[in-house]
Amino acid sequence: MTDTNMQKQTLREWLMTDTPTSRRHAKFAALYSGWLTLKSNSMAMIGLGILLLLVLIAAAAPLLAPMDPFVQNLGNRLQPPGTEGHLLGTDSLGRDILSRMIYGSRITLYIVALVALIAPIVGLLVGTVAGYTGGWIDTILMRITDIFLAFPRLVLALAFVAALGAGIENAVLAISLTAWPPYARIARAETLTIRNSDYIAAIKLQGARAGRIITRHIWPLCISSLIVRVTLDMAGVILAAAGLGFLGLGAQPPSPEWGAMIAEGRRFILDHWWVATMPGLAIFTVSLAFNLLGDGLRDVLDPKEGGHS
Amino acid sequence: MAVVENNGNGRRKSPFSSSAFATVLKTLGSVIVTMLGLTFVTFIIGRVMPIDPVISIVGERASRETYEAAYQAMGLDKPILVQFAYYIWDVLHGDFGMSLLNARPVAEDIKRVFPATLELATIGTFFGVVLGVPLGVIAAVKRGTWIDQVARVVALVGYSMPIFWLGLMGLLVFYGILGWVGGPGRVGIFYEDIVPTVTGMILIDSIISNNWDVFWNAVSHIILPSSILGYYSMAYISRMTRSFMLEQMSAEYITTARVKGLPERTVVWRHAFGNIKVQLITVIALSYANLLEGAVLTETIFAWPGIGQYITTALLSADMNAVLGGTVVVGLIFVLLNIFSDLLYRFFDPRAAK
Repeated sequence: MTDTNMQKQTLREWLMTDTPTSRRHAKFAALYSGWLTLKSNSMAMIGLGILLLLVLIAAAAPLLAPMDPFVQNLGNRLQPPGTEGHLLGTDSLGRDILSRMIYGSRITLYIVALVALIAPIVGLLVGTVAGYTGGWIDTILMRITDIFLAFPRLVLALAFVAALGAGIENAVLAISLTAWPPYARIARAETLTIRNSDYIAAIKLQGARAGRIITRHIWPLCISSLIVRVTLDMAGVILAAAGLGFLGLGAQPPSPEWGAMIAEGRRFILDHWWVATMPGLAIFTVSLAFNLLGDGLRDVLDPKEGGHS
Repeated sequence: MAVVENNGNGRRKSPFSSSAFATVLKTLGSVIVTMLGLTFVTFIIGRVMPIDPVISIVGERASRETYEAAYQAMGLDKPILVQFAYYIWDVLHGDFGMSLLNARPVAEDIKRVFPATLELATIGTFFGVVLGVPLGVIAAVKRGTWIDQVARVVALVGYSMPIFWLGLMGLLVFYGILGWVGGPGRVGIFYEDIVPTVTGMILIDSIISNNWDVFWNAVSHIILPSSILGYYSMAYISRMTRSFMLEQMSAEYITTARVKGLPERTVVWRHAFGNIKVQLITVIALSYANLLEGAVLTETIFAWPGIGQYITTALLSADMNAVLGGTVVVGLIFVLLNIFSDLLYRFFDPRAAK
């Protein structure tokens, strides 16, 4: 007991040190102090907790779901919540809503993860290249960014999905295509402030090429502001994906995607409210969690903006 | 979001000098480029749609000759850039082509459906401003108190709630259970097509024709969708107002005003609030633009015959010209509102002209 306690203390001390012994040590210390700040923000921790729970639910879906999400039972359709064996009731084909929602979490995570990878990377590439090279390349890239920014996002995503054909992968592509411009803006702004700093000049004198400077010395500095933006954006991504699913342009039936489930329940909303209500609550909870966590992360990673909102 | 560019030199310019003229010219240039790009993107999207537009006109059983004739008549045999040039030429003349679905000019369709969206978004923004601005100001002044927490929760919920789901819940509670408001559609079925169309906005048209039955029925139908849009607008406007006000309230001139012994109300509303008006107008313009977008899903829920529903219907039936026209019009309004807020900012807030 005392032994583990001792070890914890020393680990903590090692992390809290003012005089790091190595680069890695300093990095861990910085991460730890960021984590401490985040931990003191109870709202952000609630958000993080919900998201971790979501990942667990998605991973353990076959174990948690009481029923098969695709098995229909027409004799048992539109049962209200609390019916025996169906905690949240059944839908119009007699499928268990709770089981479908549990499996639906996988689809939500899949979409979120893909968009969170594609959009910031595209934005980072465009933004840093534009910011670092400057000149006409900058003008053209930023003009393209502006054009995409000028579009109402949902309308653009709708049009893309209509062109590409409905489906989850295409919905992900469409959402990413509408989500990258803000990242490009942020990355470019960061690059412009970094570009003329002394250490970049020093690296240039050492003979580093543009590619190396951008990937090794500019990207790492853009990451933290991008992460905040990604977390805050994920709420919007979930809403957009659900909106596409709701309009029948995202995941296709019988897929238990939450937006599509709402669309299905819409026909019975007045008589059988639970069919559309339950998946909506799930969407709300998850996007709220991302918003809470994003707010907290902004306070940690981007203290200059954190004070105001 | 706005197209703000830093012109590099640090001098402050007088807003109405020749450089202001240059700014306007430059902005105009960027609007034209943006609009061309926007139209091009939609145009390409329209051309790669997987559904054959010729078949949706001539039908699947048309003979090869009929198909070829229609194909040529639609100009689909020409290179894509030539097609685009034709399209731009037509758009400049206010012609978006014929709808493939109902064989009417798309421009006419848009003119018919647009007022419905405008009406909805305007009333929504009105709710958003009337509730959001005071909420934001009070939250900033009473920072950290319960009212600030309430404002925070209101905004968080607004940012996290799927709008179409909130619409459904609203219908369920206020129409289905309580029966306080009218259901989907702009007016009840017995009131349809009674008042002559003048502006296309049914509230105004019914006032013009002095038909108060239709007016009150229309009010009962618009109140729910516009409140829901208004809630989203309020979430955004109150957050922005709060952060603008916090910035002002921590400034030294506020301390000076307080030391002078001015009543707190004057300090808050005359001094601090007076300084955020321009910023607020730009935020309101942006929120208005966002509502036009939010209207797409809301209109679907409420069977509201506006441009959002027009675009989604057209999409699902591969009505290429209608999709293109609708998207270009929404995009144009979006761009114009952005530019408007941007220019306002530059001309009336010297801090931004730097």
